[in-house]
Amino acid sequence: MSLSREQMASRVARELKDGYYVNLGIGIPTLVANYIPQGVEVMLQSENGLLGMGPFPTEETIDADMINAGKQTVTAITGASIFSSAESFAMIRGGHVDLTVLGAFEVDVNGDIASWMIPGKLIKGMGGAMDLVASAENIIVIMTHADKHGNSKLLEKCTLPLTGAGCIKQIMTDLAWLTVEDGAFVLRETAPGISIDEIRAKTAGKLIVPDDVREMTFS
Amino acid sequence: MAGFDKVVPDYAAAMAGLEDGMSVIAGGFGLCGIPEGLIAQIKRMGTTGLTVYSNNCGVDGFGLGILLEDRQVKKMVSSYVGENKLFEQQLLAGELEVELTPQGTLAEKMRAGGAGIPAFFTATGYGTPVGEGKESRCFNGVNCILEDAITADFSIVKAWKADRYGNAIYRHTAQNFNPMAATAGKITVMEVEEIVEPGELDPTGIHTPGIYVDRLIQGTFEKRIEQRTISASGGA
Repeated sequence: MSLSREQMASRVARELKDGYYVNLGIGIPTLVANYIPQGVEVMLQSENGLLGMGPFPTEETIDADMINAGKQTVTAITGASIFSSAESFAMIRGGHVDLTVLGAFEVDVNGDIASWMIPGKLIKGMGGAMDLVASAENIIVIMTHADKHGNSKLLEKCTLPLTGAGCIKQIMTDLAWLTVEDGAFVLRETAPGISIDEIRAKTAGKLIVPDDVREMTFS
Repeated sequence: MAGFDKVVPDYAAAMAGLEDGMSVIAGGFGLCGIPEGLIAQIKRMGTTGLTVYSNNCGVDGFGLGILLEDRQVKKMVSSYVGENKLFEQQLLAGELEVELTPQGTLAEKMRAGGAGIPAFFTATGYGTPVGEGKESRCFNGVNCILEDAITADFSIVKAWKADRYGNAIYRHTAQNFNPMAATAGKITVMEVEEIVEPGELDPTGIHTPGIYVDRLIQGTFEKRIEQRTISASGGA
């Protein structure tokens, strides 16, 4: 069976290492915060200018001056810091954030990503997504493998306007965990019960299947 | 006003000199840390043809959104404008121009503008629609595009506290774009929750030094919340 949003988030959370500064995008990436492994301390960066984002506040502690990049009211953890937008993107562009997790419409074999604009639909803007993908070394995309019509979102070449070129190296889908290497998707892990043939059928871009593909396990 | 005292008597004085066709940089992220009273004053003045640089354009009926009601904005330069129906209508009707700019690039454009840097290279936007028509260069194997700095006729910013000299501090994430915005206006107007006497704020803790601030006014703020997210248990 294909993975739930929660399962995708929990698999990605296994990539978190102790001491990581992490930026989680809006949507499924946000759920990763719920699955931080035991014994691993991470600090969440919110690009509006908060390092050390905590949970949502209570009715008593809610504060209009304390929001995250999704404009939701949040709290700051002990040891947090707060700074300007320029400082925040200096951290991001300067490669100081250890891991960025974000969603996408399409990814291709060259690591290009399209995530902000569908021509013909109203364009709302890229927010911080272009800055986040441009310079980060370690980016994980979380998305469904195919759209609701069954069309692959892992392409030979992105069809939508790009958010960034040549920047994606790891992809978590509802069917598989893949890396992007030398102009191809490389299958690393399959979702439980999902066949390699199904993944092959739903991957439009070049797919390499090594001998040591593993099946994910979830407790 | 005498010496370094930046305090102005009222909102009319705060925004005096703003004319049709001018440019305005506004601090704030969503509805957080926006100069509510200064925006209201621009609406009262009825100034039109404005080019506004701000990360967002408020919501319907609040924040910069109120300047759309009387079509005061000609062009908006923002990273995200998805919260506003009137914005959408005017955009689709061709009554409003929008230039979408990546959030970090927008912040850096303001920072550069205030710091006397006319332009800078960044990897952000290379190979995307943002990079089209812009000069590009490769540095250490990274493709970059040249982005121009932003300055404007006016900057309107919101801080928490400032002394009469304009030395200011921001509160929590209401800081956001405000410090950069404060540096990049020919005339920078700051609206604060509290004006204190010089010496009351610790000089080491100042976020925006008073040299950037031309006019200072104390306002009252609604601080409307855009996404009210609550956790009874304290978990996200």
